[in-house]
Amino acid sequence: MTSIAIPSGMPQYDDVPRYDVARVRADFPILDREVNGHPLVYLDSANTSHKPRQVLDVLAEHYARHNANVSRSVHTLGTEATEAYEGARAKIAAFINAPSVDEVVFTKNSTEAINLVAYAFSNASLRPDADPRFRIGPGDEIVISEMEHHSNIVPWQLLAERTGATLRWFPVTDHGRLDESGLDDLVTERTKIVSLVHMSNILGTVNATSRITQRVREVGALLLLDCSQSVPHLPMDVVDYDADFIVFTGHKMCGPTGIGVLWGRGELLAAMPPVFGGGSMIETVTMARSTFAAPPARFEAGTPPIAEAVALGAAVDYLTSIGMPAIQWHEKELTAYALDALATVPGLRVFGPNVPVGRGGTISFALGDVHPHDVGQVLDSLGVQVRVGHHCAKPVCTRFGVPATTRASFYLYTTTEEIDALVAGLEQVRKVFD
Amino acid sequence: MQLDQLYQEIILDHYKHPHGRGLRDATDPVARVGEAHHVNPTCGDEITVRVTTDGKVFTDISYDGMGCSISQASASVLHELLRGRAADDAAVVHEAFVELMSGRGQVTPDEDVLGDGVAFAGVARYPARVKCALLSWMAFKDAATRAGVGVSPEVKA
Repeated sequence: MTSIAIPSGMPQYDDVPRYDVARVRADFPILDREVNGHPLVYLDSANTSHKPRQVLDVLAEHYARHNANVSRSVHTLGTEATEAYEGARAKIAAFINAPSVDEVVFTKNSTEAINLVAYAFSNASLRPDADPRFRIGPGDEIVISEMEHHSNIVPWQLLAERTGATLRWFPVTDHGRLDESGLDDLVTERTKIVSLVHMSNILGTVNATSRITQRVREVGALLLLDCSQSVPHLPMDVVDYDADFIVFTGHKMCGPTGIGVLWGRGELLAAMPPVFGGGSMIETVTMARSTFAAPPARFEAGTPPIAEAVALGAAVDYLTSIGMPAIQWHEKELTAYALDALATVPGLRVFGPNVPVGRGGTISFALGDVHPHDVGQVLDSLGVQVRVGHHCAKPVCTRFGVPATTRASFYLYTTTEEIDALVAGLEQVRKVFD
Repeated sequence: MQLDQLYQEIILDHYKHPHGRGLRDATDPVARVGEAHHVNPTCGDEITVRVTTDGKVFTDISYDGMGCSISQASASVLHELLRGRAADDAAVVHEAFVELMSGRGQVTPDEDVLGDGVAFAGVARYPARVKCALLSWMAFKDAATRAGVGVSPEVKA
């Protein structure tokens, strides 16, 4: 990395929070294993992250010692389980600086969280007395971007089909940045919601949101940020970002699968109609009709993933103990290192920003004409685990004229040696396919 | 796992120098033509296979698509093996190839039936890649059915 002298009195490189990566790696049992006779080089954390012992222990401990259903039992185990579940909610609220614990709704994952908001719009549109901010129909518009994951495309396409609303898109520039040049024409008085990825799962781009937020406020629309790839990797403050909703998923941030989060501004969640009906989400039920609990319970019908929520709370504790600013900086250094290293590979083309600014540690690329499946297969034979394919972001692939890409993605436990192994592996790929 | 079991010389050769690639129109105006487009949704690979038949023989099998070395080489081998064959004959080869790919590496291929297709025996050990190898063969089956010539009992990839 190049370094430049920073004038005294300014923040210096040495002021940046750091941690010992080797010690962090020792917390992750899976990092000890071998793959195809080589040490595991896991470069697929944007797909799912590994879990530290601290999280695995809490998951096992919950089932071994505190297992009971939540929010309905007077007995001791039920109380312990409820306290653990609600305790996890409080940890997650603090992690994203939510003004109230009740603004954190547990879901299965980000996909379910986005669908929940989309179906709330749908349901509100069928009820004349619903809050007008959630009522949508012909003439109204939903705005997303070309760099969304399918989970932030398809729910809105379906909502548009159900309601007659129009779906509009922010384009992406050749450098893989969000093209905001048409912002004022794209986000207008007709816009009901802008649902935007915070960090792209394929390009690695971290979108600057303030101009968009400002425009959304001007026109009275709502803003949802898909933070599936950002909350695990950088400090998130929902007050500072001034979003209306954010969504993220536990398994990408050292937590288990099956647990995700919808955060919504309290006042908005209170105005939002229910989506899933069932136990736990009601106030009272008669044979004639039901009334509903306040958020977050209103949106958590049925027995939730209790142990998973508790373990996600442990994951948040773990990440906090290392420090999100330190993790963010570690990944920034890795990204700079990787972009420099990949630039030395002949025929390699990076999709997305090629500087470590306004981007995270997820790098998609093409290696000459070699199909990503073949790249991934050769790398796997060397123990290097990358993702290949369209990454559930086909419009991005279409935008850059490729059916698929190879993607390496980093996390708090990734090392520069692993990036070296990737680069050496790519040399092997070139040998097999010349 | 041995990588060279997967990327046999024959496969790389078909990939780099595909046989019969490019969609062709029928030369005989009364020939029956069937076409099918198949997609592998997990990786985005696509292939279009077009068959031309007089009702008995596959007079041409042409294809176009994009995808990994395995899927593209497999289409080339398909063209080599089945073009000019009678439908009954082709069905035997098709069935043998599907059986090989579904065999998890436990099936010993018969070179007399499968020709260059035996090179795909190693692919059967990689469950994630079996779909790649079968993509063109499944598209061929649909295309043949559309041309009015069934080639194989129902197969599940």
